[in-house]
Amino acid sequence: MKYVSEFRDPALAQSLATAIAREADPARSYAFMEFCGGHTHAIFRYGVQDLVPSNVRFVHGPGCPVCVLPMRRLDDALELAERHGVILATYGDMMRVPGSGRRSMLTARSAGADIRMVYSPLDALALARDNPDRQVVFMGIGFETTTPATGMAILTARAQGLANFSVFCNHVLTPPAMAHVLAAPGVALDGFLGPSHVSTVIGAGAYRPLVAHYGRPLVIAGFEPLDVLQSVLMLIRQVNEGRQEVENQYSRVVTEAGNTKAQGVIEEVFALRETFEWRGLGSVPDSARAIRPELADFDAEARFAISEKQSREVKSCECPAILRGVKQPKDCKLFGKACTPETPMGACMVSSEGSCAAYYTYRRVETMAEMEAAE
Amino acid sequence: MSGILRPGAAVEMAHGGGGMATTRLIREIFARHFANPILDQGHDAARLNLPHGRIVMSTDAHVISPLEFPGGDIGSLAVHGTINDVAMGGAVPVALSAAFIIEEGLPLETLDHIAASMGAAARKASVPIATGDTKVVERGAADGLFITTTGIGLIPEGIEIAPERIAPGMAILLSGTLGDHGVAILSQRQGLAFGTTIESDSAALHRMVGDMLAAAPSIACLRDPTRGGLSATLNELAEAAGVSMTLKEAAIPVRPEVAGACELLGLDPIHIANEGKLVCICPPEQAEAVLNIMRAHPEGRDAAQIGAVGAHAAPGTPGLLRMETLIGGMRVVDWLAGEQLPRIC
Ligand code: SF4
Repeated sequence: MKYVSEFRDPALAQSLATAIAREADPARSYAFMEFCGGHTHAIFRYGVQDLVPSNVRFVHGPGCPVCVLPMRRLDDALELAERHGVILATYGDMMRVPGSGRRSMLTARSAGADIRMVYSPLDALALARDNPDRQVVFMGIGFETTTPATGMAILTARAQGLANFSVFCNHVLTPPAMAHVLAAPGVALDGFLGPSHVSTVIGAGAYRPLVAHYGRPLVIAGFEPLDVLQSVLMLIRQVNEGRQEVENQYSRVVTEAGNTKAQGVIEEVFALRETFEWRGLGSVPDSARAIRPELADFDAEARFAISEKQSREVKSCECPAILRGVKQPKDCKLFGKACTPETPMGACMVSSEGSCAAYYTYRRVETMAEMEAAE
Repeated sequence: MSGILRPGAAVEMAHGGGGMATTRLIREIFARHFANPILDQGHDAARLNLPHGRIVMSTDAHVISPLEFPGGDIGSLAVHGTINDVAMGGAVPVALSAAFIIEEGLPLETLDHIAASMGAAARKASVPIATGDTKVVERGAADGLFITTTGIGLIPEGIEIAPERIAPGMAILLSGTLGDHGVAILSQRQGLAFGTTIESDSAALHRMVGDMLAAAPSIACLRDPTRGGLSATLNELAEAAGVSMTLKEAAIPVRPEVAGACELLGLDPIHIANEGKLVCICPPEQAEAVLNIMRAHPEGRDAAQIGAVGAHAAPGTPGLLRMETLIGGMRVVDWLAGEQLPRIC
């Protein structure tokens, strides 16, 4: 009756915790970045940090697609819905993200904009078919995991001759962002927990150049709490033994080459942008996808004249520094006071994969106590 | 039969006009399915003979979509929901009232089904629907059918159910698996078909509650974790009582199908609505006895102790709900932020 899968077995968790405590060198500390917001969520949801010694620290990375989307792009999407009168189809977690002036898709929708929540780009295609006299724009967002589905939708639209469907493309890439984090001053990382789902698409091989260049170990980790613990142990061993390798803890799903079919769709539909703005990281070269010119009919940026605009972040929101791993939610004055999941001031508080939301939901008491002590 | 239930017939505005059509609708659908001595008196207001004592009264509006779902429909849900609200006050339910807001165009056959299921639920629970009202609104002014039920009940001597009575050290009991109702509804919704056979847990709990209170009158608090799920219910109680509470995730019963569906949807069973479960907080020495009584009822078959009440919270701070996770870490269990899943009750 109870749902205790083999990946959440308490006895196994304890034995991994014991091994980590035994092998972690008390004379040093370990800072590992879990790149992906899904891992951040799992770590908090299961209280994984309670099972590792205090000198083993998780640094939360920028792998939350909603969190790293610059406010400017959200403002652009709002413009599409409001000024160009399109049906804007979007994943639900975008709805509450505050844009400039704390306006969100939700507030825009109650003011009359036609914004629809969808579960996949195929739902957006169906909207386009059902509303032949309206333009339907799908808000494409996410890492390599969601990019193939967006690509498939575009190919389907072309095959079916759907003239009223386009994509506002914000898809981004994982390895360039990791490289950017490693190259930036101020973050001392001893290794990465590599993403689960992204790696099923791009494969373990995609990280090898990065690991060789920056000399930091990377272990691709599954999403379950035991996966995370085992990956931490693998990282500690690499550090202790002076190795810097790509290891694959999640080999039950992730292969060396990844999903070549999905990669094929990505290549067919998308080109690399020379550079793309990430919230927190700034401009990152070769880090995002754009729709290829030959498919410009399905590119909302080509179809609609989107105006230049100045987007302004909430001044004291520390999301940018938190996304780089140099600050923590407790370093933000607004955390838990002006900024809560009900009244989010920044994206990190909106998405369940964001660090601020994770701290607020699962460790609020401790975090607020630390903030008070620091004052 | 030359009644109003012809194939393909639907509710029309005239059915709410107060004339012959209204009378026939009431007579041939509602009165037929709800028949009981109080309703059959045919007065505008039901007359009940009650002994002196403490009376509870509770009301609940039901707007669930879809109207019919695996394990129940809006009719049985409206009966169970209000009976349970009365029972959670420690009272024995005496009678219900029911008000119907019907959208023009609702197939009469659907209305008939729902009224039949409502009547059956009331009879099975031995709580009569003593009075009611019907309104018809234009197409688009409602979504099919909304039902509001109100219930009254009598609190037996010596029973005092109140969150303020929750004290440190008490046991937290749960009557069964979490999340069945919410997931059953979600699985019916378009675009979320994951081919499970999860049924709503919708059920009346007053008989089980009666037995629990007879055996353990010192039960401090009862609540049904409906909207917002277990986390909302316990957070509310912790706040009202000014105490902390600690749960053990491994002790919380969840059906594997529900857990699987939640995983797919990125939901936590602890936030999902239930319609046939209760939380009971009682002195620790009575926990075992109360659990055995619960388990003797089909609605309480999977009852378990899921946690305990901790110390009083520091003055001026809210009570706090925590959980030891499956792998042995600790975390806060929060209210769900943002929108609830829409219209699941
Ligand atoms: S707490 Fe809110 S305002 Fe502060 S960094 Fe996080 S999201 Fe931004």
